Amino acid sequence: MKTKIIYRTLTALVVLATVVVWQGCKPKAPASISMGDAASKAYVPPGKYDEFYNVVSGGFNGQMSIYGLPSGRLFRIIPVFSQFPESGWGYSEETIPMLNTSHGFVPWDDLHHIALSTTKGEHDGRWAFGNANNTPRVARVDMKTFKTVEILELPNSGGNHSSPFITENTEYVVAGTRFSVPVGDKTDVPISSFKENFKGYISFISVDPADGKMKIAFQLKTPGVSFDLARAGKGKSHGWFFFSTYNTEQAYTLLEVNASQKDKDFIMAVNWKKAEEYIRAGKGQITKAKYAHNVWDEHTHTGVSNIMNEVLQLDPAELKDIIYFIPCPKSPHGCDTDPTGEYIVGSGKLAALIPVFSFTKIQQAIANKDFEGEFAGIPVIKYEAALHGEVKKPGLGPLHTEFDANGNAYTSFFVSSEIVKWNVQSLEVLDRVPTYYSIGHLSVPGGPTTKPYGKYVVAYNKITKDRYLPTGPELTQSAQLYDISGDKMKLILDFPTTGEPHYAESIPAELVMPNSTKIYKLEENKHPYAALGEGQARVERKGNQVHVYMTAIRSHLTPDNIEGVKLGDEVYFHVTNLEQDWDVPHGFAVKGANNAEILVMPGETTTLKWKPLSIGVFPFYCTDFCSALHQEMQGYIRVSPAGSNVPLKFSTGKIEDQASGAGL
Amino acid sequence: MTTAKYLIGASVAALMLACAPDKPASITEKPDLNKSAVEAITDPTKGIGAVKKVTLNTPLEQDRIKRGLAIYEMKCLSCHKLDETRIVGPGWKNITKNRKPEWIMNMITNVDVMLDQDPEAQKLLELCLMRMPNQNVSIGDARDILEFMRQNDGEK
Repeated sequence: MKTKIIYRTLTALVVLATVVVWQGCKPKAPASISMGDAASKAYVPPGKYDEFYNVVSGGFNGQMSIYGLPSGRLFRIIPVFSQFPESGWGYSEETIPMLNTSHGFVPWDDLHHIALSTTKGEHDGRWAFGNANNTPRVARVDMKTFKTVEILELPNSGGNHSSPFITENTEYVVAGTRFSVPVGDKTDVPISSFKENFKGYISFISVDPADGKMKIAFQLKTPGVSFDLARAGKGKSHGWFFFSTYNTEQAYTLLEVNASQKDKDFIMAVNWKKAEEYIRAGKGQITKAKYAHNVWDEHTHTGVSNIMNEVLQLDPAELKDIIYFIPCPKSPHGCDTDPTGEYIVGSGKLAALIPVFSFTKIQQAIANKDFEGEFAGIPVIKYEAALHGEVKKPGLGPLHTEFDANGNAYTSFFVSSEIVKWNVQSLEVLDRVPTYYSIGHLSVPGGPTTKPYGKYVVAYNKITKDRYLPTGPELTQSAQLYDISGDKMKLILDFPTTGEPHYAESIPAELVMPNSTKIYKLEENKHPYAALGEGQARVERKGNQVHVYMTAIRSHLTPDNIEGVKLGDEVYFHVTNLEQDWDVPHGFAVKGANNAEILVMPGETTTLKWKPLSIGVFPFYCTDFCSALHQEMQGYIRVSPAGSNVPLKFSTGKIEDQASGAGL
Repeated sequence: MTTAKYLIGASVAALMLACAPDKPASITEKPDLNKSAVEAITDPTKGIGAVKKVTLNTPLEQDRIKRGLAIYEMKCLSCHKLDETRIVGPGWKNITKNRKPEWIMNMITNVDVMLDQDPEAQKLLELCLMRMPNQNVSIGDARDILEFMRQNDGEK
């Protein structure tokens, strides 16, 4: 039996290998297959906890998702930039302001990268940041509540891809634009005037160490190129930030060809401490810019959106020594700093080698003015002067690099579909494993910090093809977990992922789990429409607005009989969950609602707006199974014609004389 | 959240001390009132929990009554009336005459353990078929509620 399985597996491998070779640009045949104790390494028995929280970007679903490692189990999707009808995010009155922008309400975005907050370069378990790629924004998720608590829009940006990477103590979150765009007063310009009018902006967003509040501290006005990814310096290079750039050709059409002309684009090194000096010396310019800043208040359970009007800018072409360019082969994508902060790995996505730059050598080159020239007024350091060395023939299409605690780097290769392990110091390739298929980002727990936990590397793949049961033309996205505790990387688990995962980070459970919020205290609920106790439940009319102050507790809604609403009215159901116990949310839905349902956490107040479009009696009910009598947790609201004289009234548990009210 | 999960969760909580799933060794949970369940039950009429002895004063403490009423209105009124009628939970009339003050305060502050282990609390669960929710009431707040109950029962 066993032999048969092995035989079949081998046959399958041979077939797969043949297919792969035949298709040319497909990944290489798997050199080894997951076997032996792999299953036990990824197995987390029922009732046991995972070792790591894996915070994963949702890509085009606009959300973050939380998985456990090593099990790969999905725990939760946190709505961030996209509406989420299952919880009411972006539909409830309180959350609508969170998706406000200078372009009005934006219901969707594309979240690519995660940055977990750090202190002294190590994970501190406080916040997770995510970027909106399409309508440029950065969001902050509170790791106590796993809720999006702040969204800051970025002016002068055309696509926030190079974001939200952070400095060692979370002093700054950066946001570099993928698309350079015309800004200021000259925005209605010919696209062909790119070189003249288009600029790339990098925003440095400061993060308040006490409460995490974000603010655009300053923007750097940089030449019109595309910023792709970034990493902060750490340790000795703390104070610097490194960005990969492409399209230094400054093409504005058919970039596939026209932005791939030069042998080398740049890594841009930013001395942000220098920028701070210039700001202190009053060299910054306050410039008009319109952008939204949305903040969630945990006590009113409500988001507030403010439109901001100005931003502080610095021009590094005039203010010397803030930025330098370092040539980097073939459209660099990943730009990753190792845990010591000495090495910066640039991954040219069309290159067949990986250059590794040395921070010490970059500093020497700057001191010695070892420049090969200038690009748009910015000095370009000589390639060899900054280079620690090149990893030769590592694979095809290097994208991203993460690190373990033992001086090793793990680089993803999209074109050759593999992860390659190499030594940062010696640049020697140590091991390689195939991924299935076409890996994009990869993630080692603690990989971008000064203290990698190692143990695993997760591959986030772009293509799954034959790995899962097919589901029509659209297939699941997937991740693969490799054990890196030994010399050889071992595939131990495939797991499907929601949305399209790009970057992800993992953090030890003990840094997050003990702080998890269980309930919101009723005593601290300052929502203006909260009913803090059933005695406060009521219905009030203000013109054509009907405000229902409703309470929910196992298992009834108060009031559950409402009459006197008229066609043309807007009804606001302000539902307060009176529970004070963990894991007892209540839901609320009303027939015909054109928006969504709401889920209300214990102690929270949430509002669903409902505009009835016809007369009649409409049921509403609790949507989140809460008790043995959940199915009884319901009510009715009566809608009468406009101008009707049915009086406004409400009750719960009141049995009326059948005749009364019948004719009204 | 499902009822099944909640009910199972709650009953597991009771069994937890005996056969808890192993948790990662490095994760320490905050101590909670469930700990008291391991302590020997000395006086069964006082219930199970951290409240061992309550001193009642006469006349009633008016400040406590005021606070107790506010907590009642926020956290208890949905299910408990002040007369004898049972809605979701039993009415409160005469509770201080029928139960020891310690039992009442343990029921309020240690509700999951009480529902799983205390015979009197279990009788009430059989009657109401709805587990009384843990409303996260502190022992101090429970004492205020108790004072309010005494007033509701006609004490001066």
